[in-house]
Amino acid sequence: MTSTITVEHLWKVFGPKPERVVGTELASLPRAELRERTGCLAAVRDVSFAVEAGEVFVVMGLSGSGKSTLVRCLTRLIEPTSGEISIDGEAVRAMNARRLRDLRRHRVAMVFQHFGLLPHRSVLDNVGYGLEIQGIGRAERHRRAGEMLTLVGLDGHENQYPEQLSGGMQQRVGLARALAIDPALLLFDEPFSALDPLIRRDMQTEVRRLHAEVGKTLVFITHDLAEALTLGDRIAVLRDGELVQVGTPEDLVGAPADDYVADFVRDVPRSDVLTLRWIMRDPLAGETCEDQPLPATTVIRDAVPRILRAKLPVQVVEGDRVVGVVDADRLLPALISHHRQVPA
Amino acid sequence: MMRLRTVASAALILTLAACGGATSDAGESTPSAGAKGTVNLAVNPWVGYESDAAVVTYLLEKKLGYTVEKKELKEEISWQGFETGEVDAILENWGHADLKKTYIEQKKVAVEAGSTGNTGIIGWYVPQWMVDQYPDITDYKNLNKYASLFKTSESKGKGQLLGGDPSYVTNDVALINNLKLDYTVVFSGSEAAIIKAAQQAGAQKKPLLFYFYEPQWLFAQEKFVRIKLPPYTAGCDADPKKVACDYPDYDLDKIVSKKFADANSTAYQLIKNFKWTNDDQNLVSDYLTNQGMSADQAAEKWVNEHEATWKPWIPAGS
Amino acid sequence: MVAVAGETAPRRVTRRRVLWVLLVVAAVGAYLGFRTAGAADSDDAAAFRFFTGVRNWVDDNRDTSPLFLYGVNYLRLGVRLLVDAVQAGLYGLGFAGLVAAAGAVALVLAGWRTALVAVGGFLAFGFLGLWAESVDTLVLTVSAVLLAVLTGVPIGVLAARVNWVSATLRPVLDVMQIMPTFAYLAPMTLLFLIGEPAAVIATLIYAVPATIRITELGLREVSPTSVEAATALGSTGRQLLTKVRLPMARPTIVLAVNQTIMMALSMVVITALIDAPGLGQNIIRALERVNVGVAFDAGLAIVIMAVVLDRITTGAARRRPATRGRSRWVVAGGALVAVVVVALLPIGQDLPRLSFAGPVNDLTGWIELHWYDATEWIKNVVSAGLLDPLESVLTSTPWWLFVLLVAAFGTLVSGVRSAAVAALAAAGIAGLGLWQHAMQTLATVLVTIVLTMAVGIVLGVWSARHDWFAAGLRPVLDAAQTMPSFVYLLPAVALFGASRFTAIMAGFVYAFPPVVRLVDRGLRDVPATVVEAAVSAGSTPRQLLWKVQLPMARGGLLLAANQGIVLVLAMVVLGGLVGAGALGYDVVAGFSQREDFGQGLAAGFAIVLLGILLDRLTQGFHHAKGPR
Repeated sequence: MTSTITVEHLWKVFGPKPERVVGTELASLPRAELRERTGCLAAVRDVSFAVEAGEVFVVMGLSGSGKSTLVRCLTRLIEPTSGEISIDGEAVRAMNARRLRDLRRHRVAMVFQHFGLLPHRSVLDNVGYGLEIQGIGRAERHRRAGEMLTLVGLDGHENQYPEQLSGGMQQRVGLARALAIDPALLLFDEPFSALDPLIRRDMQTEVRRLHAEVGKTLVFITHDLAEALTLGDRIAVLRDGELVQVGTPEDLVGAPADDYVADFVRDVPRSDVLTLRWIMRDPLAGETCEDQPLPATTVIRDAVPRILRAKLPVQVVEGDRVVGVVDADRLLPALISHHRQVPA
Repeated sequence: MMRLRTVASAALILTLAACGGATSDAGESTPSAGAKGTVNLAVNPWVGYESDAAVVTYLLEKKLGYTVEKKELKEEISWQGFETGEVDAILENWGHADLKKTYIEQKKVAVEAGSTGNTGIIGWYVPQWMVDQYPDITDYKNLNKYASLFKTSESKGKGQLLGGDPSYVTNDVALINNLKLDYTVVFSGSEAAIIKAAQQAGAQKKPLLFYFYEPQWLFAQEKFVRIKLPPYTAGCDADPKKVACDYPDYDLDKIVSKKFADANSTAYQLIKNFKWTNDDQNLVSDYLTNQGMSADQAAEKWVNEHEATWKPWIPAGS
Repeated sequence: MVAVAGETAPRRVTRRRVLWVLLVVAAVGAYLGFRTAGAADSDDAAAFRFFTGVRNWVDDNRDTSPLFLYGVNYLRLGVRLLVDAVQAGLYGLGFAGLVAAAGAVALVLAGWRTALVAVGGFLAFGFLGLWAESVDTLVLTVSAVLLAVLTGVPIGVLAARVNWVSATLRPVLDVMQIMPTFAYLAPMTLLFLIGEPAAVIATLIYAVPATIRITELGLREVSPTSVEAATALGSTGRQLLTKVRLPMARPTIVLAVNQTIMMALSMVVITALIDAPGLGQNIIRALERVNVGVAFDAGLAIVIMAVVLDRITTGAARRRPATRGRSRWVVAGGALVAVVVVALLPIGQDLPRLSFAGPVNDLTGWIELHWYDATEWIKNVVSAGLLDPLESVLTSTPWWLFVLLVAAFGTLVSGVRSAAVAALAAAGIAGLGLWQHAMQTLATVLVTIVLTMAVGIVLGVWSARHDWFAAGLRPVLDAAQTMPSFVYLLPAVALFGASRFTAIMAGFVYAFPPVVRLVDRGLRDVPATVVEAAVSAGSTPRQLLWKVQLPMARGGLLLAANQGIVLVLAMVVLGGLVGAGALGYDVVAGFSQREDFGQGLAAGFAIVLLGILLDRLTQGFHHAKGPR
């Protein structure tokens, strides 16, 4: 069970009479000036993107970039000012309260930065909350909540209360709660940024594992580039409410759309992200190469031993077709350089 | 102890709900005297009144077989009780011409039931030791001479007249003005505050000039002397702003609700007949205040010792 | 950027300082130029006639107007039903049964320690020979608190959810809380009749603002993340309320109940004036006889009741969720069985009598006799040195100048909006025709507040620094806060005479405990890391206190000042009973004399307006700067 989302020309303006901003000349004003003139804050500005079924779609931006607002607009936890959102082809903004509640109850679940657990309920009842409000009986929801706790590795903690758990464990509860309703789409709002680095890494691994196991569509908000690169099939970079670039991790690192993104990815070890495609050159006429070619999708770092050991350049292939060659000369700049590269 | 009325009031609500609005005297009041033999006595907050109430209650219950419900109330609220049907009788009323006008003349819910035989005296008093020391102080004309003795932190450089039990209309401010006295009234605000100040004035030998009244149990403990003001003549207090004469003596009287009087029960007759002296009342008050007796004990002791006084109160044929 | 910011900040401070100096100079100048002899208040202002008219209208229409026929009178019957039901319940248990029930309730809600306190406390009612009176008081308190919770919690919830409801309620609650009961007690008996229903409703009016305010606070403090998470899972509005908001606000709501109980208990004595049964009647009767000892016994019973109810409710609020669960039901069931068994046992209440009346009378008698010269001296010094000058400045300031100054200083301290409200309140006092009295009362109130804050802060600091002191102080604070002031008013009159200073002492005793508590808590709440950092920088204890702890506890201190003001105002009327005159006396006189009703109620409103004035002026400190 997977889900798709499309978002078109989405706006969210906070402040007095927000509807007067969209579609007028005010819309093109820079943030600060808009605030000066109208007292309004445009948190999300004309954002459009599409998320494919089964994809992990990461929205990345600094604090204040509007990413948390954006994700809340998807299920109208924050009511958008204008634009279209559709989930599985159904227009979210057209839904009435009941339909919207059904969407939230059955199809979309969310995990929050500060967990949002209910301190007066046991872990088991927290996980079962979503089922409880759907009217599912006690035995059934305890059974399913128990399964979810097993899934996130919290066996044996059923009867504890949130305050007795560590932050990482609390977020596992939040995750289990979201999974318990078996949604096709999971939204994560900076779920791990309140956690210690080691625990954060564990949790990221956990998310990847769950994604592999249960295969849901994931929308993941983060301000942490490393996290975005680790998890994202595609990454959307948001700045001052506007979408700056949408692309694979490779696209972002290899071809940042502008200086903002470039600045963002500057410290990323390129060889960890880029593939050979980004450093290969055209074969010279009559050039002799190593016998074993490398696929173009190989990450540079993984190819380093091969290329350095090779006496001759190595062919880069896409399927059977040779698309270029790499040698030590091409390799070294990628390992040391932070300069912008363009695909050959 | 409160009585249990749950069932009754529940039934009442149902009945009333069935027949529309509830008036303010509906259902609440315990039945008036006669029907079930309950008499509702207001008990105003001073000990002299309690003495009256103790003896009347004792006689009503022990000699006539009534049940007496005592309601501890301030004067004005007791009068309101006539109207709402919650009070049958007030046993010691001090004047209150305004309330008489409202409730007896205008609303016609109460009637007078004769004197208690007690005379209420209102005036200005000083402790006995001051009279011993300054014999001429008891004449108001000499008060200015002693004004500095009565200075306090509250009197703004003048002599202090401690007054103002708020339950009475007093003429003190006008008196001071019109008699050209170098004094100012400090409103004590309560009887208890005046009594305490008077006790201290006796015990500490501190000067004190204060508004007070008799009969009052405090006189059984300490001696206080009344200041002579220009004598009262009928009508000299007609204009409250121009008063320059002493307070009149009050004939303390009894007021009962019209319903209670109209029923003309033996209880009403006993209350109407009730009449005794200031000494009688002070004696019972002394039992209550200084000898630590309960109302019943005090009444019983007095009744046992004064049969000649109370016998005539009991209605003939009961 | 940094350089610029560094320049403007001090410049702004300097400008502010200059403004202050100018304003003070202008104020002094204007005062010297315009001060008046201060004509005495008339006793026949338009406002008085208006209020008397309202009263007469109510009086004339209460048996004909549908408002009373279908509204008020049914309300009264409903309250009567409730009181009777509670009463039947409590009396039905009998002495032993009720003691056991108190213990059982405490055990289930707050644990075995509190259960011991509860059993001991309820037994003490028997030993004091005040069993029936205590139960009557408990009946009234429980009825009023039940009503307060039933009405106040929903209103509080609504106020937390709907901002305009909250904004509209605020002045109404101010009036309900500060308006002295004396001011409306007499006409209330016309509507609700003498006795329990009127007493319960008067108590409700006084106590329910606490329920509403604290409930609203509790709901507003519910973590928005949890609400959002529950919304994101598709909760309906009702589910959010019942499954998220209310359970999460539960500890605060229990605190609201706790405060409601304390407020209700403090009304018990006053309602005895309209024949409400219970301990209040013992106190009033003892007062007539000027018998402090007898009043003390009854007062002690009230203190004990307050302490027991307080420990049970705070225990219930603090209880950790983890200790709940199935075992609690086992305990509850067991307790219930025990209560039934005990209630059926033929245990009488023939206990040995234990009375403090004799010793207390001896002690107060001795104190009254021997301390008099010293206390008289203190009274005279404070009155002449502090109270009189302040009062003469306030009463000789023309009302319009006062209003202007309130507006000007208010704007500096609390901003335009609060200043406007404060100035309006001041103008309103003038409009009521009670200017002189209000200014006299204001002088007394200000001195009381200064005294209360000074002592409260010193004790609070000590209590925050020494645990042994805090532990020793706690019962004193409990007693001072819950002992009905009528009990200690008489010794105060004996020592300080019928005077404003007596009122100041009474107000002080009533108001200082919360100040001490809030200061203590404010200081203890200063983060340990900050204290650690200051100590490691070499601060002496004195520097630590003055440069770190007190500034950081500013929020707590201001809250303390604010609470102090409200409580001191509540004592203005009692001041009227012991010679402080002014507004307090007006209210008392209005209660006692039908024809003074209008003036009494007007004085009540003047006290409310004074409260609003002081509140808005001090409130600015809360919002304007710094953390709370």
